[in-house]
Amino acid sequence: MAAHLKKRVYEEFTKVVQQQHDDLSTKKLRLTKPSKSAALHVDLCKATSPADALQYLLQFARKPVEVESVEGVVRILLEHYYKENDASVRLKIASLLGLLSKTAGFSPDCIMDDAINTLQNEKSHQVLAQLLDTLLVIGTKLPDNPSIRMRLVEVACKHLTDSSHGVRNKCLQLIGCLGPVEKGVAKEAESQAAKDVQKIIGDHFNDQDPRVRTAAIKAMLQLHERGLKLQQAIYSQACKLLADDYEQVRSAAVQLIWVLSQLYPESIVPIPSSNEEIRLVDDAFGKVCHMVSDGSWVVRVQAAKLLGSMQQVSSHFLEQTLDKKLMSDLRRKRTAHERAKELYSSGEFSSGRKWGDDAPKEEIDTGAVNLIESGACGAFVHGLEDEMYEVRIAAVEALCMLAQSSPSFAEKCLDFLVDMFNDEIEEVRLQSIHTMRKISHNITLREDQLDTVLAVLEDSSRDIREALHELLCCTNVSTKEGIHLALVELLKNLTKYPTDRESIWKCLKFLGSRHPTLVLPLVPELLSTHPFFDTPEPDMDDPAYIAVLVLIFNAAKSCPTMPALFSDHTFRHYAYLRDSLSHLVPPLRLPGRKLVSSPVSPSITPHEDPSQQFLHQSLERVYNLQHLDPQGIQELLEFTIRDLQRLGELQSELAGMADFTATYLQCQLLLIKALQEKLWNVAAPLYLKQNALASAAAKQILEETYKMEFMYSGVESRQVVIIHHMRLQAKALQLIVTARTTRGVEPLFGMCEKFLQEVDSFQRCFISELPHMQGSFVDKLLDLMPRLVTSKPSEVVKILQTTLRQSTFLHLPLPEQLHRATANIIEPTGESDNPLRFTSGLVVALDVDATLEHVQDPQGTVKVQVLYPDGQAQLIHPKPADFRNPGPGRHRLITQVYLSHTAWTEPCQIEVRLLLAYNSNRSKASARNPKSTWSESLEALPPSENGIEGTIPFSKPVKVYIMPKPARR
Amino acid sequence: MPEIKVTPLGAGQDVGRSCILVSIAGKNVMLDCGMHMGYNDDRRFPDFSYITQNGRLTDFLDCVIISHFHLDHCGALPYFSEMVGYDGPIYMTHPTKAICPILLEDYRKITVDKKGETNFFTSQMIKDCMKKVVAVHLHQTVQVDEELEIKAYYAGHVLGAAMFQIKVGCESVVYTGDYNMTPDRHLGAAWIDKCRPDLLISESTYATTIRDSKRCRERDFLKKVHETVERGGKVLIPVFALGRAQELCILLETFWERMNLKAPIYFSTGLTEKANHYYKLFITWTNQKIRKTFVQRNMFEFKHIKAFDRAFADNPGPMVVFATPGMLHAGQSLQIFRKWAGNEKNMVIMPGYCVQGTVGHKILSGQRKLEMEGRQILEVKMQVEYMSFSAHADAKGIMQLIRQAEPRNVLLVHGEAKKMEFLKQKIEQEFHVNCYMPANGETTTIFTNPSIPVDISLGLLKREAAIGPVPDAKKPKLMHGTLLMKDNSFRLVSPEQALKELGLVEHQLRFTCRVHIQDPRKEHETVLRVYNHLKGVLKDYSVQHLPDGSITVESILIQATAHSEDQGTKVLLVSWTYQDEELGSYLTSLLKKGLPQSTA
Repeated sequence: MAAHLKKRVYEEFTKVVQQQHDDLSTKKLRLTKPSKSAALHVDLCKATSPADALQYLLQFARKPVEVESVEGVVRILLEHYYKENDASVRLKIASLLGLLSKTAGFSPDCIMDDAINTLQNEKSHQVLAQLLDTLLVIGTKLPDNPSIRMRLVEVACKHLTDSSHGVRNKCLQLIGCLGPVEKGVAKEAESQAAKDVQKIIGDHFNDQDPRVRTAAIKAMLQLHERGLKLQQAIYSQACKLLADDYEQVRSAAVQLIWVLSQLYPESIVPIPSSNEEIRLVDDAFGKVCHMVSDGSWVVRVQAAKLLGSMQQVSSHFLEQTLDKKLMSDLRRKRTAHERAKELYSSGEFSSGRKWGDDAPKEEIDTGAVNLIESGACGAFVHGLEDEMYEVRIAAVEALCMLAQSSPSFAEKCLDFLVDMFNDEIEEVRLQSIHTMRKISHNITLREDQLDTVLAVLEDSSRDIREALHELLCCTNVSTKEGIHLALVELLKNLTKYPTDRESIWKCLKFLGSRHPTLVLPLVPELLSTHPFFDTPEPDMDDPAYIAVLVLIFNAAKSCPTMPALFSDHTFRHYAYLRDSLSHLVPPLRLPGRKLVSSPVSPSITPHEDPSQQFLHQSLERVYNLQHLDPQGIQELLEFTIRDLQRLGELQSELAGMADFTATYLQCQLLLIKALQEKLWNVAAPLYLKQNALASAAAKQILEETYKMEFMYSGVESRQVVIIHHMRLQAKALQLIVTARTTRGVEPLFGMCEKFLQEVDSFQRCFISELPHMQGSFVDKLLDLMPRLVTSKPSEVVKILQTTLRQSTFLHLPLPEQLHRATANIIEPTGESDNPLRFTSGLVVALDVDATLEHVQDPQGTVKVQVLYPDGQAQLIHPKPADFRNPGPGRHRLITQVYLSHTAWTEPCQIEVRLLLAYNSNRSKASARNPKSTWSESLEALPPSENGIEGTIPFSKPVKVYIMPKPARR
Repeated sequence: MPEIKVTPLGAGQDVGRSCILVSIAGKNVMLDCGMHMGYNDDRRFPDFSYITQNGRLTDFLDCVIISHFHLDHCGALPYFSEMVGYDGPIYMTHPTKAICPILLEDYRKITVDKKGETNFFTSQMIKDCMKKVVAVHLHQTVQVDEELEIKAYYAGHVLGAAMFQIKVGCESVVYTGDYNMTPDRHLGAAWIDKCRPDLLISESTYATTIRDSKRCRERDFLKKVHETVERGGKVLIPVFALGRAQELCILLETFWERMNLKAPIYFSTGLTEKANHYYKLFITWTNQKIRKTFVQRNMFEFKHIKAFDRAFADNPGPMVVFATPGMLHAGQSLQIFRKWAGNEKNMVIMPGYCVQGTVGHKILSGQRKLEMEGRQILEVKMQVEYMSFSAHADAKGIMQLIRQAEPRNVLLVHGEAKKMEFLKQKIEQEFHVNCYMPANGETTTIFTNPSIPVDISLGLLKREAAIGPVPDAKKPKLMHGTLLMKDNSFRLVSPEQALKELGLVEHQLRFTCRVHIQDPRKEHETVLRVYNHLKGVLKDYSVQHLPDGSITVESILIQATAHSEDQGTKVLLVSWTYQDEELGSYLTSLLKKGLPQSTA
């Protein structure tokens, strides 16, 4: 009887809820197109069996539904839902409801009541779960409607007691995504749901099903992400979950612990089984460290990753992670690291190790040894030795992050990082080298550590070696022996892998400039000078000798006493290298000699950069002198362009800026020149030759504008407007020229219309920028727009011509940073005289190695072009994996290009160059957020009428000698 | 009380001759069947007469499990099965089954052919013995008979080493064999799930050692070899044929590959080639790196390591040679050593422990002048290095495994008594579980507390779950039903069904109780007061006042009559069925307290 009564109570409760629904439902009237829904309705009515109906629904789901008819379709579906007896069909309908409510532009609040109603009589757990999913979609579509959200959360709370894990899962997910985040709103909204969502979710941390436990933790994390401040009370619950039997629960629990440790780092928690108390972040750190030796590698990865971001942890906890007390037979033993350190500090040179060198020393008190550490002890030692490389990488990353914030920890973790240089997986080695580079400002390498580091220079992988060179560029070495050792190893590396030349020189450049005082005592030895005897002059072309010189000259820059040690030929070599390898050899002030480089006057303070000033001055000049006579303008422009180009060559930092403006001025100059032509005054068909000049100018301007838009990184929307404006002018010019040269009016109609469309789209795109463009071409054009639209093409042309002439020329504002995309093909070098022979019809792989600078999204835009002597051109899209990213703004392309051709009688050269692909549809802004980086995606975009795709060559072509031989029969 | 009995026949507080008898729920299992390297008499094999004096062993043992192919774990197997006599199943993993006979044959050859012993097992016996072996896969549950099942877990240590879970009903034992918790260059780390066995039998070779990271040792080793080779010196690495040798090979091979080195590496032939073949085959048993890259290239197909020929030792220029045996006491390694010892550019690296009296031990302890046979004096100028590569779990590793498996009891074998003592104390202190360390022949008995599964019909479960408050995982739930023990199975069924099945008739049991209340008023007024009182107190229950003057609370009936003698006293008759006992007794106690005065 009790059961019976309970049931009645529930029934009553549901009734109450239903009444609420009725109050709320203020349905809007909507006109729906019958077409789509009617068809569906007919289909579903025709269906005789559930399988049939399912088929119809599946077919229906493939086609998109337009916004207007969504509601109608939903009504039809719901109608069938109630009629349907088969659970699978109901499931499909429920999922369709979810899909439909996702339709952009459709507001699902009108179908919400119905969706909630369907829940009430549903018996199938799967369908229930799907319906809740639909509600979740609806809820997320209505972010600013708290009352609806509250209702949904209430519905979810009601179904939390369901016996199926799937339904509970979805309920928790829904609560996590939609639960009220602000306390205040929740309270006033409704009494029932104002129950604390955290409490509701927290109750399910102990659910019997691991999937539900996971969902509960995830929901909690979701709440956190949405901005709810989690309560500290959850912490103890979460700690218990760390010992769960299921890995997904543990993995989620680790995340939750981490979140809480970031929220309440300073609060105090008691240590169980003792009276002591510690900071929460320390406790959490200890717990996460513990999970680094978990049984499941997924959890280990998770834990290792999170360790890195717990930076508030106190330093003694942090240092424990690297601690592992060794013992042998109950006697304390020193680790190899400690022994190495001792050897170093005692000044003893590493002797050949004897057996028993690592013999254990003092006895250990058995009671004091703690085999299972409660705290952070040795977490990284374990993580770095883990079986799975995923864990090791995560541990190295975490080590990096922690070391960046704590110099003392960086010093301590060095030994371990150095050890990782010998990992069996290349990825891990690479990662640890990069990590070391990132923390290099905090550390100084000891000699024995340097030794291990340098041993890796012989690695056969180029990536590893180059990463190591980068690392050496920014390491601090403590002794002159260290420098010597590094130099010797680098030279060894050079003889073994001659292709590393550039990278090694660069490395030595930094090594020298960082340690001038350490290099100084080494100079006589390195240059093999002798106090009494003249030594033979070394070979100037020897890369090893150049390497030594690079080191010395860079050290000499900040060590004025050093040049005194040079012999005569060294000075000569200096002059030569300063010219030929100016990027590696700095200007030196040499005693008793004329300064070889241009003198840098010390009176100018660096922040008032003269070249910067010069750039701005010359631009000012151009922009101010608008109303001079045309001849004067032309000359001034020509001079300025020349100046700027030269400036770009001299000052690498300003190169981008200077080139950019020079290009712009060039466009302007071309435009002026084209307009100066005499042809405009005379009847059309007589001046064919000059026409060619004007149309060529228009064409060139177009090209240059594309370069300006797509080849420079750092271009802002202000510049883009000007560039587009310039392009518009070029198009106008084109139109005028065509109008002059072609007879008949028909082709002009199309062209005019197209041009006007472009003006229109320009206006739409850059409406906000228009006020800045007073007196410009566009400004005037837009004033005349009503007239233009109605007038004949010939009149349009006339108007255009006058506006073009009258328009002033726009000031190009310069952005903060502007860099031109450049590419340099390192390999093939183009110097080889031996042709690459292969059998015609088969392919040969050509290794291409290039550095790219300031290219955004290289995976999508950079292509390799191969030009055969017969004019045939081949465009190759490198794989995304071929691009490496060694530093910000820099990319490295290492790829293979497959060549093939029919047989030739003699070897011939082909050209290889890199192209930058662009699509004028993609504005700069959209190109920045990386969507799909597959090169195919470019092609997949539907070509719209005014989207122009093209390529800009941005590297010097390299010639490769090849010889396809006829196949032997 | 059910119990598990464990008796080590070997490896109890000792290393070598591993052999442990386990009796669990009436099943007898023998774990490992090894020989002792220290003895050459009867003591080298376990004393199988402990199991039975006369009669076949087959009758007493349900199965034998071999954890891995090292001789101290499988060396006595042919003796046990063929000479003592055992025909039951022997379980081992596939790699162990493949490599085990090679080692047994080698062992037989040395004992019989070299030392000239008779009364030893023959090659045929090894073959016959291997026919009794059943191979198992990792994580495969093998049903030995209807109740006994075993399951193998990965143990690292050597190729094919496994830990075994033995399970009868809900009682279980895990035997680790030898295992390694840190991965090395060719094998991964041991792993077990949270199986919560009643007993974990663990090895404890390094019970008192915590080791340094493997990476440092590897790096040292490689650096030494590299330096010597660069100087143009020759490196001799004496090894035993299987296990560590392969690890060192992989290490050097990858290093050569990475550093682009050209100096030749040789491996003295013999049994190794056969064994290498098996390493190539059992890729799934190796570590992550080898498993991932074997599609491109099998790491055991060495590019730089070639077979050694005696003549190569005199070749000029640098080289690295792996030669057997590992302690430099005889054979090829000693020959090469004598050739190279005179040159200070050369180097010998001892990768393992050396027994006293061997050349290896002498040079490691710093002796520079060796007396060889024939009164020859050999001056050792070459560098001598010691490099320990061991594949046992250290104290931390053992603790880690215990943490992973969460056993209720731990038993230590395969280690020295003194060291075990330390670990035992640590385990008891940190995990709060019992830890045992029996000596050979000593029996340990562990009492288990098995949970007994009972079937419950879904209908009953759902019905009972629907009653009362919402199920809460945190609290145990009380259920009503009838326990039926029938045909050796337990079932929980509803009372009605139990009655039906047993053919019994249901009896109604009704409790009646009289409560005296002092109330001078009339009966119906008293009833009304009682009604109001109950209604006030029992808000969650349905309290009804029936027209015939009685009150019902749910199904409990209350009637009031005046006392026959004393009209001031009213007698309340409370009557309830057995099912409502809880509420009924509560109600009587409530009424016995009397009615509140306020209403009066």
